[in-house]
Amino acid sequence: MESTKQFSNLLKKFNNSKTEQTENKGAKVTGKVIIRVKDVNFYYGNTLALKNVNLDIYQNKVTAVIGPSGCGKSTLIRLFNRMNELIPKTRLEGLIQLGQINIYDPASDVVDIRRRVGMVFQKPNPFPKSIFENVAFGLKVNGIKDKKYLSEKVEKSLKDSALWNEVKNRLNDNALQLSGGQQQRLCIARTLAVEPEVVLFDEPCSALDPTSTAKIEELILELKKSYTIVIVTHNMQQAARIADFTAFFMLGELIEYDNTHKIYTNPANKLTEDYITGRFG
Amino acid sequence: MKYKKELFYRLIFNILAFASLFFLIGITIILFKEGLPIFKQLPFFKFVTGEYWYPTYDPPDFGILPLILGSIWVTLGALFICVPLGVGSALFLNELATNRQRSILKPLIEILAGIPSIVYGFFGMVIVAPFLQKIFNLPVGLTAFTGSLILGIMATPTVCSIAEDALSFVPKTFREASYAVGANRWQTLTKVVIPAGGSGISTAIILGMSRAIGETMTVLMVCGGAAVIPSSIFQPVRTLTATIAAEMGEAVMGDSHYHALFAIGLVLFMITLVFNIIAEIISRRFRIKLGLGR
Repeated sequence: MESTKQFSNLLKKFNNSKTEQTENKGAKVTGKVIIRVKDVNFYYGNTLALKNVNLDIYQNKVTAVIGPSGCGKSTLIRLFNRMNELIPKTRLEGLIQLGQINIYDPASDVVDIRRRVGMVFQKPNPFPKSIFENVAFGLKVNGIKDKKYLSEKVEKSLKDSALWNEVKNRLNDNALQLSGGQQQRLCIARTLAVEPEVVLFDEPCSALDPTSTAKIEELILELKKSYTIVIVTHNMQQAARIADFTAFFMLGELIEYDNTHKIYTNPANKLTEDYITGRFG
Repeated sequence: MKYKKELFYRLIFNILAFASLFFLIGITIILFKEGLPIFKQLPFFKFVTGEYWYPTYDPPDFGILPLILGSIWVTLGALFICVPLGVGSALFLNELATNRQRSILKPLIEILAGIPSIVYGFFGMVIVAPFLQKIFNLPVGLTAFTGSLILGIMATPTVCSIAEDALSFVPKTFREASYAVGANRWQTLTKVVIPAGGSGISTAIILGMSRAIGETMTVLMVCGGAAVIPSSIFQPVRTLTATIAAEMGEAVMGDSHYHALFAIGLVLFMITLVFNIIAEIISRRFRIKLGLGR
């Protein structure tokens, strides 16, 4: 409670001292835009969780979303694959585009969007099925039955997620027998199997030990060659290590969005600086 | 002083906790003691496969096959009613219902479980039996089918609430993971939620079954009570439980009829014991499978 009040005060100060502000909060970044967020407000019931957010996600880059708890980081990325729709009484204003399509157009196909925008969750959540079945799940629900294609695809996905060597002799074992870090890489393989364009990571390492975390980070850097990555993280060092761009959120507002290097060395906003240097959060 | 008090309370609660164990052992001992003497007269195998139950003839016939079949028919029939109803409503409550619908439906289903069985019996005799007699044009309305119908409705709340618990144990993250790779609602339900909750649902079904097979008053009232091997579900049957309830009053204590009735109780006890053990094994596996520990 105390800290929330503190945030509010800081935020007020920040809003009063606003001088110049471009659409992207001063982000001088270039590249091909794959997801465009325009004037987005998002509500849980009557609570405004995201306020007037504008930001672009660039192709084949790693974008980190940081900020104190409850600032709307997860809410934001869960908008990209319409995951928030599973929660009742939510409401969106504004526009979110994936390439040329409007993600929230009633005519657009939610199944197709979720295939194109994959997601890895905070806690490893493999199904209580075999390792093979876990990776093949997305393909199977998308109607693929060809056994040979399935097993090739499973192998490729497991190789891409750096798990193949550890599980190649035990593909029929229950996935829950794997360690936490392995389970998380399995979840990444499951996501990669359906060939998404964007992979969303919602605090993927918060339940993992440092070694497993390092492996996942290494993997994310490898993955950005073929995928666009958006990662929510509580760990500021993690964002600094792997992200090309960093967006800093506070109380549902995008405070600053820029090159990670710029954010960490010379932030334009006092709030960003305070957060990064550990003054609060 | 304080220490003694502590010891005293500990003793009291220990006794309370172990009381149910004493009852279980006591009941088992009595069942065996009073039931076993009948097997001196005729072997166990003959007892359970004998086709005639004429306990008051001279010489009497103690064959309980018609009673066992009566119980099995009625119970299987009840399963056909309570499994779709119970599992279906559990799935609805867990997957589709809004919070408001759930908050109305769940207590209502639980009230259904609290209705005394004699009331179900009345309902079956007065409303259901004449109705079935009319529409199926039967000589009597009190049949195995009538019993199945009523028992099925009675077992539905048991099946529903246990299955609902099993489904709510399926972590939300499984559903999210399924939606996130592009599965629709139906695929998520059939390929993720039901397999993950599957053994819990089987437990629910087995416990519903033991509820149905042990039920007495209702089947006594609505099944017709004929101790013959049934050839159709539209015939009157008599179950194991109904036989004991109906005849215990007239059996002479200590004679062979009396012991035969206890032996029926023993058979019934074995059947429900087996059901409960199976249910326990399945649900234990289920918890391990979901990584919830033992």
